[in-house]
Amino acid sequence: MDFITQLLTDPVGFYTSHTLLIANVGINSILAASMFVVLYSGQLSLAAPGFMAIGAYTSVLMELYWRTPLALNVAAGTALAGVVGVLVGLPVLRLRGVFLAIATIGFIEALRLGVILNLPITGEGLGLKNSHADPLGGINIVLVAVVLVVFLLWRLTKGRLGHAWAAIRQDEVAALSQGIDVARYKLIAFTLSAVLAGVAGGLEAHLNFFVDPGDAQYGVTRAVQVLTFAVLGGSGNILGPVVGALFLTTLPEIIRFQDFDYRDMVTGVILIAVIVFRPQGIVSRGGLAIVRPRWWPRAKIRAPSSG
Amino acid sequence: MAQQLLNAIFIGSIYALFAVGYTLVFGILDILNLAHSAVFMLGAALTYSLVVNHGQSFWVACVLGVAAAAIMGLVIEHVCLRPLRRRRAPPIAALISTIGLALIIVAAVEQGLPGTFFAWLWVDGANSVSFPPGVVPNPTWYVAGLTLEASKVAIIPISILLMLVLGYVMRYTQVGRGLRAVAENPRAAQLMGLDVDRMISLTLVISSALGGLAGILFGVSMTDISPYIGRDYVEVRGLAVIVLGGMGSIPGAVAGGYLLGLIEVIALLVLGSNARAGVAFAALFLMLVLRPQGLFGVPLRGKV
Repeated sequence: MDFITQLLTDPVGFYTSHTLLIANVGINSILAASMFVVLYSGQLSLAAPGFMAIGAYTSVLMELYWRTPLALNVAAGTALAGVVGVLVGLPVLRLRGVFLAIATIGFIEALRLGVILNLPITGEGLGLKNSHADPLGGINIVLVAVVLVVFLLWRLTKGRLGHAWAAIRQDEVAALSQGIDVARYKLIAFTLSAVLAGVAGGLEAHLNFFVDPGDAQYGVTRAVQVLTFAVLGGSGNILGPVVGALFLTTLPEIIRFQDFDYRDMVTGVILIAVIVFRPQGIVSRGGLAIVRPRWWPRAKIRAPSSG
Repeated sequence: MAQQLLNAIFIGSIYALFAVGYTLVFGILDILNLAHSAVFMLGAALTYSLVVNHGQSFWVACVLGVAAAAIMGLVIEHVCLRPLRRRRAPPIAALISTIGLALIIVAAVEQGLPGTFFAWLWVDGANSVSFPPGVVPNPTWYVAGLTLEASKVAIIPISILLMLVLGYVMRYTQVGRGLRAVAENPRAAQLMGLDVDRMISLTLVISSALGGLAGILFGVSMTDISPYIGRDYVEVRGLAVIVLGGMGSIPGAVAGGYLLGLIEVIALLVLGSNARAGVAFAALFLMLVLRPQGLFGVPLRGKV
């Protein structure tokens, strides 16, 4: 419990001693925002780690070979992620539901295991050493990026684009019959999601001295983790996924025990509890969804339902 | 070359057996049960733990491993699926709850060190282990330049027999008819007097028992048991298998399993070991883009 005590009594000391953790919360928030965009438009895409990898490798390779400034590297990685996003989005967005999820899993694993682990320039299975990384100074640009991303998405969801996405999420056919160009808005959402994941990947690669092509970094494990941010927080508005990222990233620090690692177990229990009792996520309206077991007596009077 | 082809059939049998359970749940519930790979791992881990750390005989351990997997199927149904079904939650909700359960199972095996609460699951922490030689009866024959280990050869008849039995049950028995009715339309099945909840529990039990058995076969023949075998070897490959064969189709999952085994071995021979897994996922991606119904599936209907 030292963690919370320090946060409350000594915020400045907390910031200096947990800088990397705060930066990771920021990265994960951007990733959660990337997941939010696709979920908000009704697309269950798990492609974020693939675009992260593109952003990360592009920017680190530019750094290593050309010594270009950080902002340019991240911008180039982001742009490439966006271009690949369009190219991947065009064929896969015809798929729906779990089929889209599986296709995007195929994409990220084919990219990681088929391309990154086989190209000499990406260091194959060994990853890349990035001796120019700046774990402490990198946090400023991360925090700025988080604020910009959250503000951008907040505005977008309130505007024409956001309404189109919401309409597609609720009923694709109805949206189509209202004259909404469903394919186009889906592609916009997918590409924006790819761009955000590219930013997160590029920034993250500059916080660590080592780009690791492991499953926990750019594979299915990461995809699942990002999905849990958005689902736990709730994807009704942009704050949900950010809160989910904040919660799940700091959770391991809060519940750290001496010799027994309960972290994954606690995460699992929380995921099940939230999806069963609060399906709309933590940051959303409405109360708890209590499901009556069969043996529990039926309530006498049904409460009037209020939307 | 012939040896590699034989390996393709061995590993393909395991993929098929694993994917049959995966596809059974998807076919009946339209839900991806992502805890299936954790159940696969649990079967292997529990068998190993009982044999090596608790001195049971191999056959007793196998039975208990499959039984534990089957019970885990009931847990999946009661904890992860039934509460969501009551609320008519979208399929993505079940995706999340089964991911949660998978995290718990994997962490339990990972943390199962002697002296802790999960000691009965003690494998060896996060390390990869294998059965010590002599524990599992494993005579080896050498025929025409091929090495035939009993533990690998046995996989083929076991898998094929089980899949034939499952196919027979699904097609010709009262229970199978009930399961197919639930798959077609749960509401109508209920109105016809079927106990839908019981049918779904049964589906999960069958599916998980097959998954656990696939895990045991994998652990015995591939000599690699760790908390991560489910995640690393079959979770995503299982998806590739059921997509190749057509989602929800049992014969499709069988064919997809052998096809994936073959694709991987060809990739191994042509492109080298690094490219092996990447090729499988590229095949998955292309299959979904070009022919989403799979090799044997009927074209997908657009649901309005």
